[in-house]
Amino acid sequence: MRFVNEYRDAATARALAARIAALCEPGRRYTFMEVCGGHTHTIYKHGLEDYLPETVSLVHGPGCPVCVIPMGRVDDAIAIAEQPGVIMTSFGDMMRVPGGRGSFLDAKAAGADIRMVYSPLDALRIARDNPDRQVVFMAIGFETTAPSTAMTVLRAAREGIDNFSVFCNHVMILPAIKAILDSPDLRLDGFIGPGHVSAVIGCRPYEFIARDYGKPVVCAGFEPLDILRSVHMLLSQLAEGRCEVENQYTRVVPWDGNPRALEAINRVMHLRPYFEWRGLGFISHSALRLREEYAAYDAEQRFEVPGVRVADPKACQCGEVLKGVLKPWECKVFGTACTPETPIGTCMVSSEGACAAYYNFGRFTRRRVMEATRV
Amino acid sequence: MTLEHEVDRAGDATRERRVLERIEQLRQRKPKVRDERITLAHGAGGKATHALVEGLFLEAFSNPILDELDDGAVVSVAGGRLAFTTDSFVVSPLFFPGGDIGDLAVNGTINDLVVSGARPLYLSAGFILEEGFSVADLRRITASMAAAATRAGVHVVTGDTKVVQRGRADGCYITTAGIGVLERPVTLGTGQVRPGDAVIVSGPIGDHGVTIMIARGELDIEADITSDTAALHGVVGALLDAVSAVHLLRDATRGGVATVLNEVARAARVGVVIDETAIPVRPAVHGACELLGIDPLYVACEGRFIAVVDGAYADAAVAALRAHPLGEQAAVIGHVTDDPPGLVLLRTAFGGTRVVDTLVGDPLPRIC
Amino acid sequence: MCLGIPGEIVDLHAGRDDLATVDVAGVRRAVNIGLLDKDEVRVGDWVLIHVGFALSKIDEAEAAATLEMLNGLGEAYTDELRALAESDIT
Repeated sequence: MRFVNEYRDAATARALAARIAALCEPGRRYTFMEVCGGHTHTIYKHGLEDYLPETVSLVHGPGCPVCVIPMGRVDDAIAIAEQPGVIMTSFGDMMRVPGGRGSFLDAKAAGADIRMVYSPLDALRIARDNPDRQVVFMAIGFETTAPSTAMTVLRAAREGIDNFSVFCNHVMILPAIKAILDSPDLRLDGFIGPGHVSAVIGCRPYEFIARDYGKPVVCAGFEPLDILRSVHMLLSQLAEGRCEVENQYTRVVPWDGNPRALEAINRVMHLRPYFEWRGLGFISHSALRLREEYAAYDAEQRFEVPGVRVADPKACQCGEVLKGVLKPWECKVFGTACTPETPIGTCMVSSEGACAAYYNFGRFTRRRVMEATRV
Repeated sequence: MTLEHEVDRAGDATRERRVLERIEQLRQRKPKVRDERITLAHGAGGKATHALVEGLFLEAFSNPILDELDDGAVVSVAGGRLAFTTDSFVVSPLFFPGGDIGDLAVNGTINDLVVSGARPLYLSAGFILEEGFSVADLRRITASMAAAATRAGVHVVTGDTKVVQRGRADGCYITTAGIGVLERPVTLGTGQVRPGDAVIVSGPIGDHGVTIMIARGELDIEADITSDTAALHGVVGALLDAVSAVHLLRDATRGGVATVLNEVARAARVGVVIDETAIPVRPAVHGACELLGIDPLYVACEGRFIAVVDGAYADAAVAALRAHPLGEQAAVIGHVTDDPPGLVLLRTAFGGTRVVDTLVGDPLPRIC
Repeated sequence: MCLGIPGEIVDLHAGRDDLATVDVAGVRRAVNIGLLDKDEVRVGDWVLIHVGFALSKIDEAEAAATLEMLNGLGEAYTDELRALAESDIT
């Protein structure tokens, strides 16, 4: 595959790894956060950490949209899905995310009509094909996904499809990064910036991170060489005493983002005063909802939404794990109340969450895995 | 580093080890069915299916033959050894590129017998039909079943029909049973698997699962991919003729190659190390998987199998497979190790390593 | 988050100027190109696909520059290794 395979070359990775090692000061430990869950996926899928020195650690950030959905919102969506005549639609990612009383898969098993879609436009098509049903799209995702939802609402309005609505859970990455940066016990040396969010918002919005917080940011692509190169760029900045926003993913990310996508978001959505994030609590101006002009397409206006609040369990320390303050096993409920089968916090929800990965594979140190796979 | 730090570190290591030991104990416990209702995940072949089979069915029916949890049971009858299996087919759509529910049912049942080391002989076919189902479609399905049976030299010798009210089934379901005879002196099973064995796959993986996902039409994707559904008696026969040191055969159906290898690693208490660059995947299957964010290792095949063979005979086994049309792209994809037991590890094309875990449920298309 | 896959535009739909067919390793799907500047989208262009929408055009010149940089880092390092192996200071 073009624009994919050439960024997965092992020989280049070895050379880059040597350069990364050469940039590390002896005795110094480096911790970088990859903000985006897609990066976490790449790191895991390709075994990228094998190329990093032991003194460089990557911390998985809050950029996994299903992991940060609070349980109450899942319960609200299920309450909508259970109303007569409703078809609830969402992405495959959403199906297994646990709310306070089960997941979409559980609600589907109990009789709700919940369907998986690949695109919000597929949800709109279902609405077109089922004029006597109410079709709701459970919208999740960051700035990358919000424009597609906005375009779909505009399309519905243009075509007059009035049995379609959106349960909007779009969140914004910058307030979450800021919440992490404001933590007094932060231990991060820099950020691997979310490439596909940046394709929409550009690189400029990250400038405050370098300017006000003194942490370098590199917007990175999603192939493993992109990420290795971004780590290399972050280390170069630290070594040279620079602190700025750089763009490694220039083939996709324009410095100013995608103006059309931003315009679509702004036309259809506006900021909520605050929104709850699983593991991080309430963060102000961190999420989007539909504007009044599009209230007819807002599931929160069209349906009785119970507004369930399920507090994150007090003992859950996901926030600390996300900030890199605690290791997964140091959390009070890790492996006892909180397991992959019965996840409490965001880090245990997705299989690539820091805690789920540690729970499943922590007993096998990287060294042991590498030795076992040596030819 | 100060002495205090050293003490801290040592204390940390002890605490971490205690946490890991507790998890290991939890893991060793028998799986429990915690769910109040059956969800689709229970049918997907992953962790939820395991919990259902081991925590519910095995509890009710446990006996030494069933406890093996192989694709087919091997039973001794009147001085001979018989393989006996049952399977159900609920595929949607009923007709898809490369096959339909009819040949899928016959081939799938035959394959369960074949990977037990048996020569398939007789099948049963039970039909659960929905009121209103097209007779022309049923005729098409039975014709392709008959053709598949003839190709494999087996006979459908008994059957059953039930019709349920409209809406109580999805057109047509087929349940089968199969009987075969073990004529070769081979013993196959996870008990035979040893460190040093080679792991071989008989051809490109994921064709069937991706074909079905596309054929459902919900994803609006088009590609020239057809199901690999095929009866494996010929190609397995060719392998067993050429190499006597075959230790295990499994068809890589539900849950794909990753699930089969995890079952082997767990049951045989061995490690399995596979090499991503060696695993055959068609470009279009790879493309569809990238687009949908799923891993071909977990996608179902209906005409591919995994063979675990004494490492010294790996080349001979691959040569024998490649000489058969259904094994042309057979390849050694990895080997069995003694450490770490119960785990499947992948050496990635990028040059890293990772654990290949069992999935909880179906591989779902993802956007993140 | 945000799975994005590169695909090549193989067809622009007549009568629906917001739709194009893309090809990903032989797999084809219609995607919405309403988020791109329509005047700049042509058959043969590569785009990044996310949830059925083309999110951005892939800049081929930038892609080539990134690759060149990566390969350069690799080659320069190999040269250094060779130099190290060949150097003899005894």
